[in-house]
Amino acid sequence: MVSYWVFVLALSILLYVLLDGFDLGIGILFGLTRDEAKRRGMMAAVAPVWDGNETWLVVNGVVLWGAFPIVYATLFSAFYLALLLMLAGLILRGVAFEFRYKAERMRPVWDLGFAGGSFVAAFIQGTMVGALVQGLPVANGRYIGGEFGWVSPFALICGVGLCLGYTLLGACWLVRKSEGELRESAYRLIPYLSIGLFVFLMVVFGYALAENLRVISRWLERPYLFVFPAIGAVAAIVLALSVRTRRDGLPFYMVSLIFVAAFGTLAISFWPYMIPFSITVTEAAAPHSSLAFMFWGAGLFVFPLMLVYTAISYSVFRGKIGPSESHY
Amino acid sequence: MDSLALLLSRLQFAFTISFHIIFPSFTIGLAAWLTILEALHLATDRPVYRVVFDFWLKIFGVTFGMGVVSGIVMAFQFGTNWEVLARMTGPIQGVLLAYETFTAFFLEASFFGILLFGRPRVPPWFYLFSTAMVALGTTLSAFWIMANNSWMQVPMGTVIENGAFVPTDWGKIVFSPVLWVRFPHMLLASFITGAFCVAATGAWYVLRGKFPAEAYVMLRMGLFLAAVLVPVQIFFGHLNGDYVHDYQPAKFAAIEARWHDEQPAGEVLIAIPDEQTQTNYFEIKIPVLGSLIGSMSFDSKELGLTDFPRNDWPPVFIPFWSFRIMVGCGLVMLLLAWLGSYLSVKKRLERNRLLLWGIFLSFPLPFIAILTGWFTAEVGRQPWTVYGVLRTADSLTPFLTAHAALISLLVFCAVYGLIFIFGALYIHHLLRIGPAGRLAEPPAHAIPNRPLSVVDDPVTTQAQGE
Repeated sequence: MVSYWVFVLALSILLYVLLDGFDLGIGILFGLTRDEAKRRGMMAAVAPVWDGNETWLVVNGVVLWGAFPIVYATLFSAFYLALLLMLAGLILRGVAFEFRYKAERMRPVWDLGFAGGSFVAAFIQGTMVGALVQGLPVANGRYIGGEFGWVSPFALICGVGLCLGYTLLGACWLVRKSEGELRESAYRLIPYLSIGLFVFLMVVFGYALAENLRVISRWLERPYLFVFPAIGAVAAIVLALSVRTRRDGLPFYMVSLIFVAAFGTLAISFWPYMIPFSITVTEAAAPHSSLAFMFWGAGLFVFPLMLVYTAISYSVFRGKIGPSESHY
Repeated sequence: MDSLALLLSRLQFAFTISFHIIFPSFTIGLAAWLTILEALHLATDRPVYRVVFDFWLKIFGVTFGMGVVSGIVMAFQFGTNWEVLARMTGPIQGVLLAYETFTAFFLEASFFGILLFGRPRVPPWFYLFSTAMVALGTTLSAFWIMANNSWMQVPMGTVIENGAFVPTDWGKIVFSPVLWVRFPHMLLASFITGAFCVAATGAWYVLRGKFPAEAYVMLRMGLFLAAVLVPVQIFFGHLNGDYVHDYQPAKFAAIEARWHDEQPAGEVLIAIPDEQTQTNYFEIKIPVLGSLIGSMSFDSKELGLTDFPRNDWPPVFIPFWSFRIMVGCGLVMLLLAWLGSYLSVKKRLERNRLLLWGIFLSFPLPFIAILTGWFTAEVGRQPWTVYGVLRTADSLTPFLTAHAALISLLVFCAVYGLIFIFGALYIHHLLRIGPAGRLAEPPAHAIPNRPLSVVDDPVTTQAQGE
């Protein structure tokens, strides 16, 4: 039962990262251009799906609370100001989708909300992951780090890194969904973003070695972990080739694969800890009666249906966005 | 524990949850009403039902979207500000809210898509079915939320082990007798909210002499529904009073501003209760009525607050007054609904401009009643989060600083304020345009996952057209 909920949580976090990742990434790209036609194209490429993407965040929140209440309580209270910024960013960018087209005078405000909100949300998510890798100050199952205990140079670098990663994912989504000038400019960005991401990974790796983070020793204990970087490397090569040959569909899948590899690396280097290296999965799990009650309704029936529904809505909106749709 | 952080966290929760409840309480009722409209449209084939349906569907989309956006914060707030509560009650509350999210995600999201852009693609009966499924989804959401809150009000079916609540009997948690009076009370409140907003809009159009056919449908249906539902609601309100009387006697005494035991007990209609002196100023009191309301008898003894330890008292002023405001709103709505229905049957309503103005201006009443009703329930539950087991002061994140709590409160006020103002202006704008605008063709780019996209008219172009 515990492992089923670990699986559900892992899958829904991964889905959230991939889906809202490209969508936040496009929000960041949106802030980097002034060209109204490109901006409309970018919005149109994510408009049909962004809301569904963010629903996975709420799913993560409640599954974490119901199935692993101690992790929910410890993490959310530790990341108090971080989550505040992230939520404010997500709300502003969410309403910007609708309000931008409904009020022309206010448009600059909503544009700022869209780009700024996307950036803040992505940066904070990266910072939180970085803080987790570095290890949150936890004693007796409680966070003890204070208001800014999650802020560190390493965590902030990870924040920048995730922004780069999301932006890369966003550029690949644009390549997949758009045509013409928008597609070309996205193609031009991919090499820079990929190199940026690669440099980031090297810096993180070097930092982890230099600081002798506990994660590194887990790698030496578990050499099979190196399969994930290997997958990532293969994906990077295919990505380079597909950009060179302009295969629109491939880059997004390759970058997703890199994200999956990174996610797998992190998950397995933390295992069996949920908050590294202080709270394990078994310590955090809710009583069996809670997990079972969730399993026999939400877990067994609704969750698979949600996956199917997500797949259907993506297939409904597959293909390139037409020029008429560029302002929906 | 920082007592200022506690106060700020309570204010923040009160603010965000009050802001949030405005939207779902309206959409739950509206979804049910849309189902009735669509059924009438199928049964009678009168186009006016279709016009009214399409018009309210737009309003529904905007309100639903605002509800979703403001609801995201709720899933996080328990963990950020109420770390101890989240840790202890996760096995109960986390599970119930997970069910809420899963049901809402599934039923609402999938069938809402059909509602928005499925009319040309599905048979009429299936469209009606989808409308009903959206209504069912919003109702089930409300069910899980009420199940969760009812457990906090009267915890049943759980024990405490190793410092956390452990469910022993889900049947008792989900089918608690308390839930089965509180859930209908909330559901009826939502239906009445929908009915009054619809009737008020109809009255507004009649007063301005616009869209007569649609306006009469709105006015009459809204008033008739309210005329039937408000009395039922008052009955359920009474049943709610019974559960408070039996399970939360200190809350009951606070609502009645009854400081000492009385036999038979009087009923304080109006007063200014003062906790310092434990007396009421400017009191208007009816003898014996208190026993009648509390226990349905003429000579029962009713408990006063002084029976309880001082540190178990809820605040008195807020529950006392919010309860009376709620009841007052209910009575005014009853009067308006009955009078309006009567005149409507007699075909004299449209000439009675005074009553039409009254109905038009009554649209805030159901919202005020819902908010004050919740204030009564939640402030009256103090000083507990889980009644009788876990104190609010002990639920707070122990290391939360007043500084951080103040920042978050201000940020939420600013962000919510901004979207609320814009959302309200937008709904007002849609109401002004009215139902006679463009119709029938679902917007080509409306998306199930984006309820607000149902209205794709930019504000500015239409503002010029007016």
